[in-house]
Amino acid sequence: MKVQQISVFLENKSGRLATLTDVLGKAGINIRALSIADTSDFGILRLIVNQPEEAFRILKEAGFTASLTDIIAVEVKDEPGGLAAILKILESAGINIEYLYAFLEKSSNDALVVFRVEQIEDAINLLTKNNVNLLKGAEVYKL
Amino acid sequence: MFNPEIETMPREQLRQLQFERLKKTVELVYENVPFYKQTFKEKGLQPGDLKSLDDLKLLPFTVKQDLRDNYPFALFAVPMSEVVRVHASSGTTGKPTVVGYTQNDIDIWAELIARCVAMAGGGKGDVIQVAYGYGLFTGGLGLHYGAERLGATVIPISGGNTRRQLMLMKDFGTTILCCTPSYALFLGEEAAEEGIDLINGQIKAGIFGAEPWSENMRKELEKVMGIKAYNIYGLSEIMGPGVSMECECQCGMHIMEDCFIPEIIDPETGETLPYGSKGELVFTTIAKEAFPLIRYRTRDISVLREEKCGCGRTFVRMERVMGRTDDMLIIRGVNVFPSQIESVLLEIGETEPHYLLVVDRQGNLDNLEVWVEVSEKMFSDEVRKLEELEKKLRHEIASVLGISAKIKLVEPKTIPRSEGKAKRVIDKREL
Ligand SMILES: [Zn+2]
Repeated sequence: MKVQQISVFLENKSGRLATLTDVLGKAGINIRALSIADTSDFGILRLIVNQPEEAFRILKEAGFTASLTDIIAVEVKDEPGGLAAILKILESAGINIEYLYAFLEKSSNDALVVFRVEQIEDAINLLTKNNVNLLKGAEVYKL
Repeated sequence: MFNPEIETMPREQLRQLQFERLKKTVELVYENVPFYKQTFKEKGLQPGDLKSLDDLKLLPFTVKQDLRDNYPFALFAVPMSEVVRVHASSGTTGKPTVVGYTQNDIDIWAELIARCVAMAGGGKGDVIQVAYGYGLFTGGLGLHYGAERLGATVIPISGGNTRRQLMLMKDFGTTILCCTPSYALFLGEEAAEEGIDLINGQIKAGIFGAEPWSENMRKELEKVMGIKAYNIYGLSEIMGPGVSMECECQCGMHIMEDCFIPEIIDPETGETLPYGSKGELVFTTIAKEAFPLIRYRTRDISVLREEKCGCGRTFVRMERVMGRTDDMLIIRGVNVFPSQIESVLLEIGETEPHYLLVVDRQGNLDNLEVWVEVSEKMFSDEVRKLEELEKKLRHEIASVLGISAKIKLVEPKTIPRSEGKAKRVIDKREL
């Protein structure tokens, strides 16, 4: 149920994101979801792509500092309180969410949200038990 | 002139005095400092081989690394019970360079500073504001004792606290200010902002040193403060401030040759060069007891001038330091080596750190920015962890350098490399 995410260090200067997406685009890598966390000096770009291992290799070759991390991709009902319900489940079990962000496209009628948590195995078990649908890596990559 | 007999001594007589003192110093270190006995032996030399002053060039050099290797006290030539004070400067690998003084050394140092202050027109009745740092750094205490020796009134205010500096300057009637030239410019600016008129005030001279500066800065300082700005030179290894000082002719700094023998050498070959040549300054101390140094390589680049000076002093003059033979920077009066940054990065587990020191002058204050390329090892997916890394680096670097620096995390390959070797320093200051 784990999905691989690529994180890349970016300085806050213009053109870096364009360069990076260009590098991936030329290599035929498709971006499924992305988010940027930034401070005044630097940012961390997080990406879900169709070929994470390949994208990771290409980015390193292009001189970026990158890492691969595991996340979970959660289907969230596209209705009021949909996300809140899932957060409540995790919170009640004391599972700490580092960050989350949404996919560009939906999987079905539901929204798809990336969760990065500290205790990833516990979160998978817990959510599955509570009938929350998680997508497998292979499903996410081919969206 | 504080000591006309010495300061205007005919050169032949001065050379004789130097030779006598050099012989004594060489005997002292040969007998009491194992390091020197060893290096003399390696050259097949004994103190008795010194037949004239020109034989100085036969003696081995001493370099900064020798001081580090003998940390803390192994180069002292007297028992510790004779040492009444130590000073220390920041080291390149965390360990400082330690220097020691006997009471006699302290007295001589005070006399040299008294000569310096007198060169700047100071004497009994003057009020001298010592805004160099007091403490392990030699600047504050060095100027302090010398100004007292001269019979002047000393304000031992140390560095920082600009408002108080200006208040006391005005209320106590400071006539001579001692600090780094960049801090003096800053004080001048602040005074103007606070409506304090320095130009028509009591202050008449400034004794500025401990960092490189320029003729342009001198003009600026003289204009904004209405003073004569004098250049003083020194380094803690040799004594501290007062190794040389400008007279009223302001045409180079007279080296206190009764205490130090200067040489200019080719930094590549080590060959001694004639007066007038540009090269690395080398000093031999000939009046120190606790921490004598033979042919100490300063890494400072200058020129020695022996032409007669209008002031009547016979001591040779050295030109303003024109640069360094190593990559040392002086920032806010503090010596900074890029290798110090490297040691911090190695300590946090980087195997091949890429970093760059960017020094800039904003207003009149130096700013240091340290760029660090984020390696995979340093990188974290979480902003919080990278911010913690930044904070840790800032803290460690401040504790190693003794000055604060802004840390900038940058992407790999941001720092220019030439022939595989990274450039470590960009100095944007225009002096
Ligand atoms: Zn002179």
